[in-house]
Amino acid sequence: MTDEVILQVKDLKTYFHVDEGIVKAVDGVTFDLHKGETLGIVGESGSGKSVTNLSVINMIPDPPGKIAGGQVLYHGKDLLTMPQAEIRKIRGNKVSMIFQDPMTSLNPFLRVSTQMVETIVLHQGLDEKTAKAKAVEMLKMAGIPAPEKRIDQYPHQFSGGMRQRVMIAMSLSCNPEILIADEPTSALDVTIQAQILDLMKDLSARLGTAVIMITHSLGVVAGMCDTLCVMYAGRIVERGPTDALFAEPKHPYTQGLIKSVPRLDQASSDRLFSIRGQPPNVIDLPDCCPFYPRCDKAMDICKRKYPGATAFGKNRTVNCWLYNSEGK
Amino acid sequence: MTKFIIRRFLSLIPTMFVIVTLSFFLIRFAPGGPFSGEKVLPEQVIQNLMKKYHMDQPMYKQYLEYLGNVLRGDFGPSFRYKESTVNELIGESFPTSIILGSVALAFALVAGLGVGVGSALKQNKWQDYTAMSFAVIGISVPMFVVGPVLQLAFAMKLHWLPVTGWITGRAGLAALVLPALTLGFPYFAYIARLSRASILEVLRSDYVRTARAKGLSERVVIWRHVLKGALLPVVSYIGPAFAGIITGSLVVEQVFVVPGIGQIFVQSALNRDYTLIMGEVIVYSLLLVAMNFLVDIVYGFLDPRIAYK
Ligand SMILES: Nc1ncnc2c1ncn2[C@@H]1O[C@H](COP(=O)(O)OP(=O)(O)O)[C@@H](O)[C@H]1O
Ligand SMILES: [Mg+2]
Repeated sequence: MTDEVILQVKDLKTYFHVDEGIVKAVDGVTFDLHKGETLGIVGESGSGKSVTNLSVINMIPDPPGKIAGGQVLYHGKDLLTMPQAEIRKIRGNKVSMIFQDPMTSLNPFLRVSTQMVETIVLHQGLDEKTAKAKAVEMLKMAGIPAPEKRIDQYPHQFSGGMRQRVMIAMSLSCNPEILIADEPTSALDVTIQAQILDLMKDLSARLGTAVIMITHSLGVVAGMCDTLCVMYAGRIVERGPTDALFAEPKHPYTQGLIKSVPRLDQASSDRLFSIRGQPPNVIDLPDCCPFYPRCDKAMDICKRKYPGATAFGKNRTVNCWLYNSEGK
Repeated sequence: MTKFIIRRFLSLIPTMFVIVTLSFFLIRFAPGGPFSGEKVLPEQVIQNLMKKYHMDQPMYKQYLEYLGNVLRGDFGPSFRYKESTVNELIGESFPTSIILGSVALAFALVAGLGVGVGSALKQNKWQDYTAMSFAVIGISVPMFVVGPVLQLAFAMKLHWLPVTGWITGRAGLAALVLPALTLGFPYFAYIARLSRASILEVLRSDYVRTARAKGLSERVVIWRHVLKGALLPVVSYIGPAFAGIITGSLVVEQVFVVPGIGQIFVQSALNRDYTLIMGEVIVYSLLLVAMNFLVDIVYGFLDPRIAYK
């Protein structure tokens, strides 16, 4: 990780217009991604992680979705206002994505070779034969045995873990600067999860790829991310270097998340901690801290106003009235 | 794959056997018979007729004899059209119905897919609304209404096409247009709706999201990643559609005075013309069974997940 910022997300707002009202799935998200950095985005399901990252490459289904505000600057150029023809040259090439469910993310009707080669040919201008050789090489790197043979098979002939390896190989085949991985292991068996995470860690380090790692489980990202953003109800409520965040979580929600990670030194008879209550419905949310109904330290002001960010040193911020002088 | 085709083909034999057997006995046991017309025949005449058509034999003997003849491709003499064999009657009229049905099916498929794909890509725009309202008409208005309306508009008012007749007549191929449109219209409408729905579903799928995230152009996404999967439901529908078109042909042949099998089919049923009914049933079934066989094979080619074991 270096100091060079390659992606800046500024006050991003993505809303869905549904019959019941406006779903503010992402409501003012800001973060920076540095060259080679691994950034984790953590939050319960429904907190807006996937929508954030689909917004980054401007792939929100419209209707019902609309990016209502903000900027996504990739090397200073706003991806949100870029013409489609231009952003397509970035998707899959400079910024690529891996999705949660490897069983449905590959096209079942096309051979793996077709799906890998089309990306390489499109972005690297190679002829099909060279592109296929490159694809085989990527599969090998991703730990697929006998890749020369496997590449001509169809996705259903691979197991879930193997398919996710194919996805990883495919997404890294154009040597992207940024890899966005949306819960890449959530659909896999626990034993395979660790293998896939190791593979991603290894490959991204080798290729110098910056990674945005989305997950609902802190345990998954703890060992892998340089920086963490904790998301709640469409907003980032706390951000900081992983070590600092684990050592001293500030937001009550982050504290709860960390307490609910299963630990090896815990007696198995202890009940695993879980945050009480349910995440809020983000339709027509009033201006308040959306976490207050579940928060043990909630104060009066929490119900009336959303707190601004309080900075702790260079890289840490938290949005909580406990640390906000305005609230005192 | 070859093994699958052979096995699938062999499985057609028992299917056909069951169809032939069931219809043989169902028809025989239906009330009435070929000689119970309005005119009451003298007992002696009936006796002679029964003898001539081997109907004085026990049922199982008649059945075995019939089965043997059918295997040799002989459907026997017609009970009603005394001068013709069933083979001749079917041979004269059936090709006409097949031509009409095939053209109708081709129209339904090509136009249906075109409109379906177009509507899906223009979802909720005026083109989509127009096409889908049109499709609702196609599905809900029966052929015996659509046919005369087309005759009125394109033949009697505009004089573009003949009112009735067949391609062997003076009008030539022009005579095919209106009956084929009438016959194919409901299937066109259904295929348009079916393909629209299935394209919209595939467009929302994870693998299409992956294709877009790879930076592929919308054209490549549609042609390479969407169409194949979206076509599968349409392919499965070809079998039933063909069956529907072939039976629907009876109505259209009446309206447009087409010399197809429809005319003699209705008559043969009313006349209890045992051999002719059986011949028609067997030819129809063969056709439908063969069609489904073809559809299965095409489906297998399109969907790699189908294992040929
Ligand atoms: N296509 C859509 N239409 C309506 N609402 C959506 C759509 N996609 C996402 N949302 C809503 O946006 C919110 C955030 O979703 P998401 O980003 O998928 O959460 P997660 O953090 O689990 O990835 C959820 O409330 C979800 O219901
Ligand atoms: Mg998600």
